[in-house]
Amino acid sequence: MVLYQDTQNFTFAEKTPFTLESGATLSPVTLAYETYGTLNAERSNAILVCHALSGSAHAGGPGGWWSDCIGPGKAFDTDRFFVICSNVLGSCYGSSGPASPDPATHEPYGLHFPVVTIGDMVRAQRALIDHLAIDRLLSVAGGSMGGMQVLEWASHHPERVRSAIPLATTARSSPMLIAFSEVGRQAIYADPNWQDGNYYANGHRPDAGLAIARMVGHITYLSDQSMHAKFGRRLQNREKFGYEFSTEFEVESYLKYKGLSFTQRFDANSYLYVTKALDYFDLSTPAGLAAAFAHSQHIKFLVVSFTSDWLYPSYHSKELVTALTAAGADVTYLDIESSWGHDAFLLEVDTMTRLLGSFVNRVAREAGL
Amino acid sequence: MSQALRPDLRIIADFISTGARVLDLGCGDGALLAHLVQAKRVTARGIELSEAGVLACVRHGLSVRQGDLEAGLGDYPAGSFDYVVLSQTLPFLDDPAMILKEMLRVGRAAVVSFPNWGYWRCRLELLLTGRIPSAPDLPQAWHEKPRWQALTITDFAIFCRKNGIAITRQAYLANGRRVNILKVTNLMSTTGVFLLEHT
Repeated sequence: MVLYQDTQNFTFAEKTPFTLESGATLSPVTLAYETYGTLNAERSNAILVCHALSGSAHAGGPGGWWSDCIGPGKAFDTDRFFVICSNVLGSCYGSSGPASPDPATHEPYGLHFPVVTIGDMVRAQRALIDHLAIDRLLSVAGGSMGGMQVLEWASHHPERVRSAIPLATTARSSPMLIAFSEVGRQAIYADPNWQDGNYYANGHRPDAGLAIARMVGHITYLSDQSMHAKFGRRLQNREKFGYEFSTEFEVESYLKYKGLSFTQRFDANSYLYVTKALDYFDLSTPAGLAAAFAHSQHIKFLVVSFTSDWLYPSYHSKELVTALTAAGADVTYLDIESSWGHDAFLLEVDTMTRLLGSFVNRVAREAGL
Repeated sequence: MSQALRPDLRIIADFISTGARVLDLGCGDGALLAHLVQAKRVTARGIELSEAGVLACVRHGLSVRQGDLEAGLGDYPAGSFDYVVLSQTLPFLDDPAMILKEMLRVGRAAVVSFPNWGYWRCRLELLLTGRIPSAPDLPQAWHEKPRWQALTITDFAIFCRKNGIAITRQAYLANGRRVNILKVTNLMSTTGVFLLEHT
């Protein structure tokens, strides 16, 4: 039985503002979240799943972004575990972000919304976990930017975490990652409809800019091999070249569709904020990356990378595993053979189900569940 | 699973004390570690190259890292384990001296098992047929992957003596059975199991 609930809201920092890493403050803060399954009497069976760049709190249930892994009998078995997912700070699916009303003006914040970091997103999640009266999460899991949140939890709030599952991620954003983020942001800035972020009132949204940002993003989630398999050089609805600048190849058509559909579900300013948070992420310290996990020895880690992921290449995960091992943590690591590129963490369902399911079983057993 | 434990792994398990910290290099499907966790409550860690092996280990509830031994054990601080195990893998390594040195840096002791080409049948086979004998406990021929480098118990003993490694315990198998022999071990056994420490 999945006790599936609609998205709920948790609002905090109404009296005392929430101070961000930048020093700026935010008040109030709202997080949209969903839960699946039932919290046990000891409140010890909670698993927090963290979404990636464009995700939402709707992780499980019909249409959920990770419904392959969340549900009765699945890796995160909702018959046994209480699964929580919240929309990140700065996003546009119900949590506070640039499209939320600024209490000072009652207009959307736009660029007056303070810049947030992965650390801020996680501290906001921690406020939600406090609100749910959960002392210790059985596990925190997520891929890509979700994986960064997992590592942030393990590094900065280790006492709240029993196990951590960072997938296809990094402890330190690479220059290449920042470069792709910036191309996406520049596409939005260059759209005259962006209007320095004040587009909410007149309804002319920077859809063209956001669509290009998404197209670039999508390329980085695929791989050379998966693009060959998925599109090849096939033409879309035509037999031969038209010698004109229309959409001719299947791959063009696919990206155009992905870009367009993204504008119908995501806010351009949120894209700026969330990518900025991605770029800032760096857990390494002057004493090295291992020092970031000096208090994480009790945490059991499952680190997974994918051989064809060139956005978060396997060496990032290997460096993380080296640091965690040096820090004395219990690490399981696998570099899964896959041709799906960065998207593999959501697509390699069979392997991921077996891996996550076995790992969570073990963690639950060792926690006495 | 423990009933089906490979004979050399049964001996290795005997060598390991209760509650120890154990690192198994090339741990395969985790049979030894799973047995040790159950029978001796050890803290178990493994390194395994194959995806199938890592998945099997995780299914057994073990903590295993995918990795290549040839890259060394640089991630592990000195003395972080009581025992580092290398079972039936020595002849396949490109740099066995480096691995053995690393095992004794990371572990207080090392446990090694390997097939013995000094066994009388191997010697006879070379003498009578003029062909390189495959080790009694290995299925593949010299040209099949993974390639091996033949060694004998005598070779290993000389190596240890020259490199300041003390053999503090040993046991011998002949065709899967433990044999209690003190002399001519090189001639009479198909696999040797050794507990090693720094002299």
